[in-house]
Amino acid sequence: MSAKTLYDKLWDSHVVRQDADGTALIYIDRQLVHEVTSPQAFEGLKLAQRKPWRTASMLAVPDHNVPTTNRAAGISDPISRLQVETLDANCVEYGVVEFKMNDIRQGIVHVIGPEQGATLPGMTVVCGDSHTSTHGAFAALAHGIGTSEVEHVMATQCLVAKKSKAMLVKVEGALGKGVTAKDIALAVIGKIGTAGGTGYAIEFAGSAIRALSMEGRMTLCNMAIEAGARAGMVAADDTTIAYVKGRPFAPKGGDWDKAVAYWKTLHSDAEAKFDATVELDAAQIKPQVTWGTSPEMVVAVDGRVPDPASATDAVKRGDWERALAYMGLKANTPITEIKIDKVFIGSCTNGRIEDMRAAAAMAKGKKVAANVKLAMVVPGSGLVKQQAEQEGLDKILIAAGFEWRDPGCSMCLAMNDDRLEPGERCAATSNRNFEGRQGQGGRTHLVSPEMAAAAAVAGHFVDISKE
Amino acid sequence: MRKFSLLDGLVAPLDRANVDTDAIIPKQFLKSIKRSGFGPNAFDEWRYLDHGEPGMDNSKRPLNKDFVLNQPRYQGAQILLARENFGCGSSREHAPWALDDYGFRVIIAPSYADIFFNNCFKNGLLPIKLAAEKVDVLFKAVEAHNGYKLRVDLERQAITAPDGTEYKFEVDAFRKDCLLNGLDDIGLTLQHVGEIKAFEAKHRAAQPWLFA
Repeated sequence: MSAKTLYDKLWDSHVVRQDADGTALIYIDRQLVHEVTSPQAFEGLKLAQRKPWRTASMLAVPDHNVPTTNRAAGISDPISRLQVETLDANCVEYGVVEFKMNDIRQGIVHVIGPEQGATLPGMTVVCGDSHTSTHGAFAALAHGIGTSEVEHVMATQCLVAKKSKAMLVKVEGALGKGVTAKDIALAVIGKIGTAGGTGYAIEFAGSAIRALSMEGRMTLCNMAIEAGARAGMVAADDTTIAYVKGRPFAPKGGDWDKAVAYWKTLHSDAEAKFDATVELDAAQIKPQVTWGTSPEMVVAVDGRVPDPASATDAVKRGDWERALAYMGLKANTPITEIKIDKVFIGSCTNGRIEDMRAAAAMAKGKKVAANVKLAMVVPGSGLVKQQAEQEGLDKILIAAGFEWRDPGCSMCLAMNDDRLEPGERCAATSNRNFEGRQGQGGRTHLVSPEMAAAAAVAGHFVDISKE
Repeated sequence: MRKFSLLDGLVAPLDRANVDTDAIIPKQFLKSIKRSGFGPNAFDEWRYLDHGEPGMDNSKRPLNKDFVLNQPRYQGAQILLARENFGCGSSREHAPWALDDYGFRVIIAPSYADIFFNNCFKNGLLPIKLAAEKVDVLFKAVEAHNGYKLRVDLERQAITAPDGTEYKFEVDAFRKDCLLNGLDDIGLTLQHVGEIKAFEAKHRAAQPWLFA
């Protein structure tokens, strides 16, 4: 048998049928559900008088619309409230397990899946959310789908798909001081562009990736979609298995040993061929900061805002000019001279316990700068919040002047009340710096939690690799 | 699903790359639990001068006259001409719903983000990939001629310009069939219930923990 990539193995083990032109039916092991992209799918099922194929494969949670303060008062926006209530009602009607807003297990869908062991190596995982790529960190084939596909998976347990090409992103060496998985992700996107991974499933490999914790691997796979790849993945190893062990939905007893034996096969074979390979030297990666309105508009923190005059073509020049105007930045400004108004630490990219620890370590014994109007930390789940509080991280952050909030998507996309006002500039640990993403007219700079916390304290970006 | 076969449509040019789905339909409109009604808020932040919220009377809002879709010559456009990586970012199917509700039936661009591309086909919307140089030629032609229309023939996989130039395009055979015949994906998949059940039984035997 010929050598296989991890992607080949995951794909091959889920093909129900395949037509001559490559159109396949892929079996889906896990569907994660949230309130924004599911109501129309449930409604479609109802209209066609269909039932979910396998309710036990679904796990639901409200995350996008939930408030991050004063939860006991409920959701004040009636439209947001209706959307969450609709999820609640659909889950009751169809018998889907849901962690409701005030359940300690509630959180961002891409944080709670792994946290509960509902994401397992070897699985196919889908969700009506592009950041489903996160779950690929567990050697799972995971990607975002649209609402029509959400309904399709509910009704048939399958997805109509064609196999993607395979890309290997290899990062060798040791990361320098203050450099994180987030910086690897941004450096990769800076190198290949936001469409560089279009049509590909990316496998992240190399010694720098193997050295990452599961939290770091999730951060990296989360951002695969920002490079255009629907799926990102990392081979299973002892780190993966240790993370999964003992979690509520993880296999137990004899199943555990069988599962582990299988999971250990979930890596690319030594001779496996990829359609494209990208290599990065970990030691060369510096803390990254985006300067524009696309994640590919990124430079190292010791760099400068680029000059549109140096863009390679007219379309790109126009995009850069528009981005600079939107961001209120001048070409050639040193990144460390950019002052910020707000700080957002959280999201499915960087809302896990390690991220909370990193932020607290930077903030310890310091104060948020006077020019920073709001620095908020939003844990990715109720359990992340609980653990952080057990470690005393909340006290450190609050003492430094940060706000310590309840879990949800929050200001990553500003569907709830957490948002930027027009013109406000934010250091954010989330994944998208698109125009208006964090609030109409808001200006987003994507960074790691360490960089965001350091910027909160200094009032501007700082090169934490030199601190 | 609505069928698509042939269209003679007015073309509107959106001359920027990496147009993301947040721009196509901003998040506040995602709170709707319906599939329809997103058209008046397509490109909301570019299209209007004020901040849009669900429930507003959009006909009374101040328009951004500089935004291309607000120009009188592009009213009634059914074909959207765009640049690289159109529809990147969020998987929200509200983006194709909004474009469809606005009146677009065809998008022409050099490349698309995968999830958006896929979502279009589920909604009777045809996203056509055309080489960047050809898209460039079309951008210039649209600028130069008021009322510029293109004929899009899915059966023949061809776009015909007013001057008779023909641009052939590729489309996946399965998706073409679904669009031409208005086929419902779920109905098609359920024709294979036996195979799905057989696969599931085998899968359960191999990895019982997935079904615990």
